[in-house]
Amino acid sequence: MRFSSYRTEGFYDEMFQEDGSPRPHAKLLLESVESLSDGGLLRRKVAAERLLLQMGITFNVYADSAGAERIFPFDLLPRIVAAEEWGWIERGLKQRIHALNAFIDDIYHEQKILKDGIIPAEVILSAASYRPQCQGLDPPRGIWCHIAGIDLVRHADGQIYVLEDNLRVPSGVSYVLENREVLKRTFPQVFEGLSVRPVTDYPSRLLETLEYLAQSSSNARTVVLTPGAYNSAYFEHSFLAQQMGLQLVEGRDLVVNRDAVYMRTTKGLQRVDVIYRRIDDDFLDPQAFRADSMLGVPGLMEAYRNGNVALANAPGNGVADDKVVYAYVPEIIRYYEGEDPILPNVPTYMCWKDTDRAYVLSNLEKLVVKAANESGGYGMLVGPASTREERREFAGRIERNPRNYIAQPTLALSRVPTIIDEGFEGRHVDLRPYVLYGRDIYVLPGGLTRVALRKGSLVVNSSQGGGSKDTWVLAKPIAEPVAAMEPAVGGQQ
Amino acid sequence: MNGSNALLSRVADSLYWIGRYIERAENVARFIGVNLHLMLDLPGEDAEQWAALVHASGDRVVFREHYGEATQSNVVRFLTFDLDNPNSIARCVQGARENARSVRDTISSEMWEQINTMYWFIDSSRNSLGGEPLFEFFHRVRMACHLFQGVADVTMSHNEAWNFLRLGRKLERADKTTRILDVKYFLLLPSLSEVGTPLEDIQWAAVLKSVSGFEMYRKRFGRMGPNRIVEFLLMDRDFPRAVHYCIHCADECLHAITGNPQGSFLWASEQKLGMLSSELDYTRVESILGAGLHEFLDGLQDKMNKIDTAILQEFFAARQDSAAVGSAGL
Repeated sequence: MRFSSYRTEGFYDEMFQEDGSPRPHAKLLLESVESLSDGGLLRRKVAAERLLLQMGITFNVYADSAGAERIFPFDLLPRIVAAEEWGWIERGLKQRIHALNAFIDDIYHEQKILKDGIIPAEVILSAASYRPQCQGLDPPRGIWCHIAGIDLVRHADGQIYVLEDNLRVPSGVSYVLENREVLKRTFPQVFEGLSVRPVTDYPSRLLETLEYLAQSSSNARTVVLTPGAYNSAYFEHSFLAQQMGLQLVEGRDLVVNRDAVYMRTTKGLQRVDVIYRRIDDDFLDPQAFRADSMLGVPGLMEAYRNGNVALANAPGNGVADDKVVYAYVPEIIRYYEGEDPILPNVPTYMCWKDTDRAYVLSNLEKLVVKAANESGGYGMLVGPASTREERREFAGRIERNPRNYIAQPTLALSRVPTIIDEGFEGRHVDLRPYVLYGRDIYVLPGGLTRVALRKGSLVVNSSQGGGSKDTWVLAKPIAEPVAAMEPAVGGQQ
Repeated sequence: MNGSNALLSRVADSLYWIGRYIERAENVARFIGVNLHLMLDLPGEDAEQWAALVHASGDRVVFREHYGEATQSNVVRFLTFDLDNPNSIARCVQGARENARSVRDTISSEMWEQINTMYWFIDSSRNSLGGEPLFEFFHRVRMACHLFQGVADVTMSHNEAWNFLRLGRKLERADKTTRILDVKYFLLLPSLSEVGTPLEDIQWAAVLKSVSGFEMYRKRFGRMGPNRIVEFLLMDRDFPRAVHYCIHCADECLHAITGNPQGSFLWASEQKLGMLSSELDYTRVESILGAGLHEFLDGLQDKMNKIDTAILQEFFAARQDSAAVGSAGL
């Protein structure tokens, strides 16, 4: 298979420059793909998909009937990030997470940022993810967002923007690790030539992050809490537990006894000190949050509040990934860090503001509208791809509940060549790097590149027909001169 | 410090059931495979032999309701792919896979992949059976089960979790041997007077082959003889599908789990299993046959069910619901 008929069609392409020549950091990969024999790449694709099915790396789509399992579609061509650009992304992510953590801690204590009038108090206190139960709470080591996944996109201007912060229970990192395993078997020679930064030590880093939270480091028991085998991310929960050597528990395996948390074992109850929970706040503890939760552990929040168990991520941290709060993150960074943001936000209209709402309602066909508290691509309107009927319906929703909606210009997400049928076509991608906040802040070099497999689609979520690609961060700059990738705004720190 | 010495009750329960389900699937596949062979040697006796198989490995009532006549194709479908039959191969492998999925962090990746691969193999054969020779299919199922046992033995630490897996496997195997013996023995009784006829030899050989015991029996006793065969399948100390051998191993597993020395007990399950093991140690096959083999086998199954219940109460009951696992026994 060759790239000779591949066209960038006016979009920013991660592998090719505007004139159709390969970007310097993509050259070696493209050459080695072209050097494969006829059918060689497709054979590798079939083998990779069979491997994923065998490994059971499947997920259930919620709308499907139970038992319908699919592999998470995976494209063999990786996305490559140049070393210089990654250095800048990494600095930007560290700055952002540090600021967001300070913001959450402030919100649940003195609320200085509200008192200083930087953010209107009602915006925060009306967020569905703000938890009054967490007011005054001091999480171990003062950390609220231990594991974060920050969604980045590149627009037609070549600039990378932060699209979304995922602080609650971000998922997908297991695909990063598994995709890499598959690609190492597929393109071994390219790995040798390019020096791609490894991702395999993520489980060790995560384990360190979790164990840092234990009161005494010698005997602490850390577990991973999953909603169960039918959750769509269960593969990841079991994978991470296995890689870290931790016990994977369900809510029914845990019990709170005299304000401490125990697990039920064949030899009786055993104390648990740190919980990496992959259950949403709402379902964590029926005594503190939703009373009808069957997944949680009654009394867990009280034990947590009293310092008898550590939870990662901290309940209540979702207040910082509300999509209206997102619009204020540049202000949040300036307020707590005293610096300009390194990574820019996408301009965002907040429908609770009269002027913004008026603009949004009269420009729906140009904008992307998102519900403030939804994720996974649900509750979203992509203006240019919408019907008149859908726009009318969304306008109604916005007018009924303006606080719950934001809008952004429709970005022309960058594209990466993707195997479609028996050739290559450009498909839009985003990038979710993972950030761990423990003793210090660590950014996994790479992350999940999600790709919208449907032609022309901008929605990359797996629940909406998205797939993934491996992401290669290069360890060294490529010798040839690379076009400047530092952003025009706030780039120099 | 991860406290890896602790085993969740829920996880122990799932491991025990993985052991049972895989063993059950393998036995059903072997029974069918042997019967297919036997039919080639005994034309015209189909119905009786296939009915016996439903009797030994499935639910007769469910079968009669849904299928009626015990023809080869009905029985093969019922015992292989019918998801409404809790003991069909497909259902056992599905059960093993669901349990394995929920303890994926405890078992090795290789074990999970083997169960998962077997699941997709059976799932994809559902519609193509008939294209592939039946023998070949059941042979592959058996080999897949063997492979799982082997993979488990060489990729998982031989710790408490592994012992629960093994405990389930051994108890299931003992149960299956008693069932096939019970059913086949009575099928063959009318011909007991014709000892030594070629026809009888073929049938007894089939009983032994049903538990992969033909060659080992030959080495041990040589000539076919009903009493010796019963002795071999019940009392042999070395043959891995003999009831005595299985019960002895199960006793070993349970004591490894509790940490108590064999021959002593703290738990009711240890006591019951130890007593059964001793009973088999000190029983003569002649007295069993004298008092009635069927009665003895019934008694054995009853004791094994009580052991199963005791294990459930003493080790798994800490979990609040057991919806995810199968029903006990057959």
